[in-house]
Amino acid sequence: MSTALDNSMLTLVTFIPLAGALLLLFFPRRDRDIRLFALVVSLLDFVLSLHLPVHFQRGQTAFQYEVNNLWISNPNIHYHMGVDGVSMWLVVLTTFLTPLCVLISWKSINERVKEFFILLLVLQTALIGVFVALDLFLFYFFWEATLIPMALLIGVFGHGRRVYAAVKFFLYTMVASMFMLAAILWLYAKTGTFDFVSIQTAIHNGQIENFGGAATWLFLGFFIAFAVKVPIFPFHTWLPDAHVEAPTAGSVLLAGVLLKMGTYGMFRFNLGLFPEQSRSNASWIMVLALIGIIYGALVAMVQPNMKKLIAYSSISHLGFVVLGIFSFTQAGLDGATFVMLAHGVSTGALFMLAGILYERRHTYEISEFGGLATPMPVYATFFLFIVLASVGLPLLNGFIGEFLVLSGAFRDRAVYGILGASGVIWSACYLLWMYQRVFYGKVTHPVNLSLPDLSGRERAALWPAAAVALVMGVAPLLWLNAIDPAVQTALAPFAQLASKMVGR
Amino acid sequence: MTPNLNLWLIPVLPLVGASINGLFGKRFSRQTVLAIALGFCGAAFVMALWIAAQFSSLALPHVENLASWIRAGDFQVDFAFYLDQLSLVMLLVVTGVGLLIHIYAVGYMWEEGGFYRFFCYLNLFMFFMLTLVLASNYLLMFVGWEGVGLASYLLVGFWFTKDSAASAGKKAFIVNRIGDFGFLIALFLMIKHFGSLNFAQVFRIVGEMPAETAGAGLLTAIGLLLMVGAAGKSAQLPLYVWLPDAMEGPTPVSALIHAATMVTAGVYMVARSHVVFDRAPQALMVVAIIGTLTALFAATIGICQTDIKKVLAYSTISQLGYMFMACGVAAYSAGIFHLMTHAFFKGLLFLAAGSVIHAVGGEQDMRKMGGLRHYIPWTFWTMTAATFAIAGFPPFAGFFSKDAILWKAFSSPYGSWVYWAIGVFTAFLTSFYMFRLWFLTFFGEYRGEAEAGHGNDHLQVVGGSRAGAPAPLEHGHDGIHESPKIMLIPLVILAVLSVCGGWIGAERFDKFLSPALHAGVTAYSSDEVAAATPAPEPKEDGGSEGLLTGISVLAAASGLFLAWLLYQRRPQLPQEIAHALGGFYEAVVHKYYVDEIYAAVFVKPLIDGSTRILWQGVDRDVIDATLDNSAEGAREVSDAMRHMQSGNLRTYAGWIAAGAAVVIAYMVWTGTR
Repeated sequence: MSTALDNSMLTLVTFIPLAGALLLLFFPRRDRDIRLFALVVSLLDFVLSLHLPVHFQRGQTAFQYEVNNLWISNPNIHYHMGVDGVSMWLVVLTTFLTPLCVLISWKSINERVKEFFILLLVLQTALIGVFVALDLFLFYFFWEATLIPMALLIGVFGHGRRVYAAVKFFLYTMVASMFMLAAILWLYAKTGTFDFVSIQTAIHNGQIENFGGAATWLFLGFFIAFAVKVPIFPFHTWLPDAHVEAPTAGSVLLAGVLLKMGTYGMFRFNLGLFPEQSRSNASWIMVLALIGIIYGALVAMVQPNMKKLIAYSSISHLGFVVLGIFSFTQAGLDGATFVMLAHGVSTGALFMLAGILYERRHTYEISEFGGLATPMPVYATFFLFIVLASVGLPLLNGFIGEFLVLSGAFRDRAVYGILGASGVIWSACYLLWMYQRVFYGKVTHPVNLSLPDLSGRERAALWPAAAVALVMGVAPLLWLNAIDPAVQTALAPFAQLASKMVGR
Repeated sequence: MTPNLNLWLIPVLPLVGASINGLFGKRFSRQTVLAIALGFCGAAFVMALWIAAQFSSLALPHVENLASWIRAGDFQVDFAFYLDQLSLVMLLVVTGVGLLIHIYAVGYMWEEGGFYRFFCYLNLFMFFMLTLVLASNYLLMFVGWEGVGLASYLLVGFWFTKDSAASAGKKAFIVNRIGDFGFLIALFLMIKHFGSLNFAQVFRIVGEMPAETAGAGLLTAIGLLLMVGAAGKSAQLPLYVWLPDAMEGPTPVSALIHAATMVTAGVYMVARSHVVFDRAPQALMVVAIIGTLTALFAATIGICQTDIKKVLAYSTISQLGYMFMACGVAAYSAGIFHLMTHAFFKGLLFLAAGSVIHAVGGEQDMRKMGGLRHYIPWTFWTMTAATFAIAGFPPFAGFFSKDAILWKAFSSPYGSWVYWAIGVFTAFLTSFYMFRLWFLTFFGEYRGEAEAGHGNDHLQVVGGSRAGAPAPLEHGHDGIHESPKIMLIPLVILAVLSVCGGWIGAERFDKFLSPALHAGVTAYSSDEVAAATPAPEPKEDGGSEGLLTGISVLAAASGLFLAWLLYQRRPQLPQEIAHALGGFYEAVVHKYYVDEIYAAVFVKPLIDGSTRILWQGVDRDVIDATLDNSAEGAREVSDAMRHMQSGNLRTYAGWIAAGAAVVIAYMVWTGTR
C-alpha cells in the first residue's frame, strides 16, 4: 500500500525547511517574526516527519517511502530517496532537534538573525537529504551541502576563534570527502549508475570488472570521509575546536546529527557495498573505535572548558557506535543505531544546557562556575538528568545502546567488549566531576549568585529532550522494532560470508 | 492457575511517590510531602505483607511478565518480576525497614531545607531497591543496582553546598561503577554463552553444567565478575573506600542505604546466583576470602575511629564481610539471615546515632559526648539492645546469625578453621569497638559543649508530637534533648526486632529458604533427586558446635570487658596503648592510608597522564601540530576567508558555488578518465 502522501513524504520532509529558508529571504528584517517563522517551519517539518515512523511497515526489510525519478539523464542521476528503520529515525532525530535549536537561539542570536535561521533551515534540509538519499550522487550532493551552512554558522555566528575553527572544520571534512567522491565516481564509471541499490546488487553479483582489486581502495575512500566526520581517532581534532566556537544551535546539530552522517555512512555504504572489505578491515577499525572511547573520555576528563569536555565525550560516545557497527552482530548494530539516536538527544541537550549558561556568563570555563545548584535549581536538575542519561543510567536512553553495543562487541571478541565497557567508568568520572565543579559546593564567584534560573522558553527547549531521553530508556522497542529488521537486512551478506568461509 | 499478584506495583508505588514529590513537591506543604512519601512507601509495605500472607499458596518461583523491554535479534529482556523465598525475605526487610526509616526521617529532616527533595530521593531509592530484589533477570536487577547507586549519589550529596558531601557522593558513584564494570562483563558472558539473562533460563543451563572443580572456566569467570560487582556495591575489599565517606549523607540515609538495604545488595546477588557459585568452587573461595579479610580489616579500623558514624560505617563493612564469608562457604541462608538481623540492628544503630547527634546539636565526635544515658534514655536503651545484638550476645538477634555463619565457616565442606578463627577474632573486635562507642557516648561525664537552647523547639511541629518527657536536664546542659516520638517509635520497633529477630533460628530460616537456595540447584540438574542440600555436610557434631558457640560468646564478652576496662575503668589507658603502638596506631587511625594510596597510584597518574600526555601531548603537539605545519597554507586560506566574509549571503553562496563547481569538475574529469 502506497498512497500519494507516502510517495511524497520524504520529499516534503526534506525540502520544507529549504522552502522555509527561501521564504525567509523575502522576509522583512523583523527578528521576532523571523524566529517565529523558523519555529513554525521546523515544527511543521517535525510533525510531518512523524508520519514516517507511524506508518512504517515494521516487518518489512526493503526501503520504504521510496521515490525514484530520473533527475539528470547524463550523467545518469536519479532523484532516489527511501528510508529503512535506521535512516528513518535519523531523519526524525533531525526534525526533532531543529525546533529545539530555534528555541535555544531565540535570544542568543541578535545580529543577522535572518541569515542565521536561513542557514539553520538549509542545514536541516541537507542533513535530512543525507539520510534519505539512495543515489550516490544525490547523497554526495547533500553531504557536501551540509558543510557550507555549518561552516558559516561557526565562522559567522561563533565565538572567539571562530574563523580558525570554521576553516579547520571545512578543510578537514572537505579533504576527506574527496576520497569518497573519487570512489563514487569510480563506481559510476564502472556501472553507469549512481543508484545505491543497483550498485549494491552489481557488487553482490560480481558484475563489476576489476572490482576485486579496487574494492579495498573504494572501501577506504568511503571510510576516510566517514571517519573524519564521526570523528574517529586520530582525525578528531577539528571537533573540539568546532564545538567550542560554534553557536549553541550549531553545536546541537553538529553533535546531534552531523557526526551521525559519518556513522550512518559506515552502516549504509561501507557495510552495504563492501561487506567483505568491512570484515577484513574490522579489527583495526574497532581498535581505533576503542581508542576513541577511552582516549576521548580521558581527555574529556581534564578539560577546563565545559563545551570542550562535551565535545570530547562525543568522540567517546561515537566510538561506541563504530565499535557496534564493525562487530557485525545484531545487538552491536542495533545498539550502534540506538546510540546514534540517544547521543543526538542527550548530547544535543547538553550543548543546549551549556549554551544557556553561556548566554548568562559568556564563558564555558568550568572554574568560572561552582555552586550553581543554589541559584539555578531547575537548571541543575535538568543538567543532572541529562548527565545521567549520558553516563548510561539504566531506564534512560544512553544505557540501551551502549549495553547492546558492548554485548555485541563482546560476542565478536571479548577483549573489545571489556575495553569498551571501561567506558562506563570513564563517563561517570568526567561527567560527574564536571557536574560537581559546576553545581555543587558554595557559590565561589559572586556574580553567579544572581544568575536567573531557566526561562519558560528554555524549559520548552529542554523538556522534550528530557522526556524523549526517558521514553527511549523505558520503551526502546518503539525504536528497536524498526531498527532491528533494517540491521538484519544489512547483516544478511555477513551471514553468507561466514557460511562461505565455513564452506571452504 | 497462579494468581496475578501485580508484583510490578511494589516498586512502582514508591516511584509514583517520588515523581509526585519531585515534580510538584516544591509547592506542597511539608505535611503533604510526607503524606505522599509515607503513603506510597507504606502501600508498598502493605502489599509486601499481603503477598507474604498468601505466600504459602503460591507455586514458586512465581514469575510475572509485565512487558517487553529490549529486543535485538533473538536476545530479549523483559520487565519481569520474580518471587521466591529469597526475594520475599528481601522484600519484607526492604519495605519494612524502609518504612520505619521514612517515618524516622520525617522527624530528623523536618527542619532541613529541601524536605521534598529528600523524600523524593528516598522514594526513588525504594523504587530501585525493590526493582533489584524483585527482578526476574540480571539486566533488570542491574537497573535496580545502578539505580540505588544513583539514589545513594543524590542522598549522600544531599547537602551539596558542602564540598565533602558532594565529593563523597561522586566517589560512591564512581567506585560503584568500577564494580558495575565487572557485573556488566559477567552479563556479557551470560549473553554470549547462555543467550539469555533470565534467572530461570540461566539457572537451568548452569544447573546442567558440571562443577568446575578441576580448574577455572566460564562459571568461575562469571562468579568472579559478579563478585567484583558485589564488592563495589557491598563495600568489600578493595572497593570499600566509598562507604565511610558516604556518611556525609543525612543519618536516615546512612541507616537505610548504607546499612540496612543497598549495601546488602551484593550479598543478595551472590545468593541469588548461588547456582553459578555452587559450580565454581574457586570463585566461592575468593568470595569467602574477600569476606573474611574485609570483616577483619574494617573491624581494626573501626577501633580507632572517633566519629560515631564512621565507627558504624566500618562496622557495616565488617558485618558485610561476615555475610560474604557465609556465602563463600555456600551457607547462603546464614548470610541472608545475618543480612536480615543486621538490617534490624545496624539500621537501629544508625538511627540511634542520629538521635544522639541530634541531641548534642550535630556533634559526631564521640570524644565530645559522654554521660548521655541520662539525657536521652530512649535512645540509650534502644542503642543498648542494638549494641548487644551486633556484639553477638545471646539471646539478641545478631547472636543467632553470627553464630550460624561462624559454625558454617568451620563446618561447611568449603569452610576452614582459618575463616572461623578470623571470624571469632573479628567478633571480639566488633564487641570491643561497639562497646567502646557505647561507653564513650553514654557513660562517664559529658565532655561536649552543646549550647543551651539548641533546637529545643526543633521538631515539635510534627503532628504535635513532641518527646513525651523532656530529657532530665542535669549539669545544666539543657540543650541536650531526647528526640521526638516520631523518631523514637522506629527506634523502639527496631529494638524489639534486634532482640527477637533471631529467635526464628538459623535452622528454621534455612529450611524456609532452602527451596530458593538449595532445591533450585538440584531441581534443575537432571540426574539428581531433589535433596535439601547441594553438597554432603560433614557429620554434625553437637558437641563441637556448642563449644564453638561458647568461644564466640566468650570473644564477645571479652570485647565488652576490654572496652569497659579501657573506656570506663581506666580512661587514660587507650592513650598509653596508642603511644606504645606508635606507627602502627597511626596507620590504623589513618585507615591504613588506603585513600592516599589510591589517590597516588590511580587518580593522580590518570589525571596527569590525560592532561600532559593525551591532551597536550598527542592532541595538541602531535596531531594538531602536524596539521598546522602541513597547513601553513591553511592560515593563508583563513586569511583569504576573512576577506571573503563580507557578511553578504549572496557573496558567500557565490564563493561556495564556484568552489564546489571547480572541485566537482576536477573530480569528474579525473574520475571518468
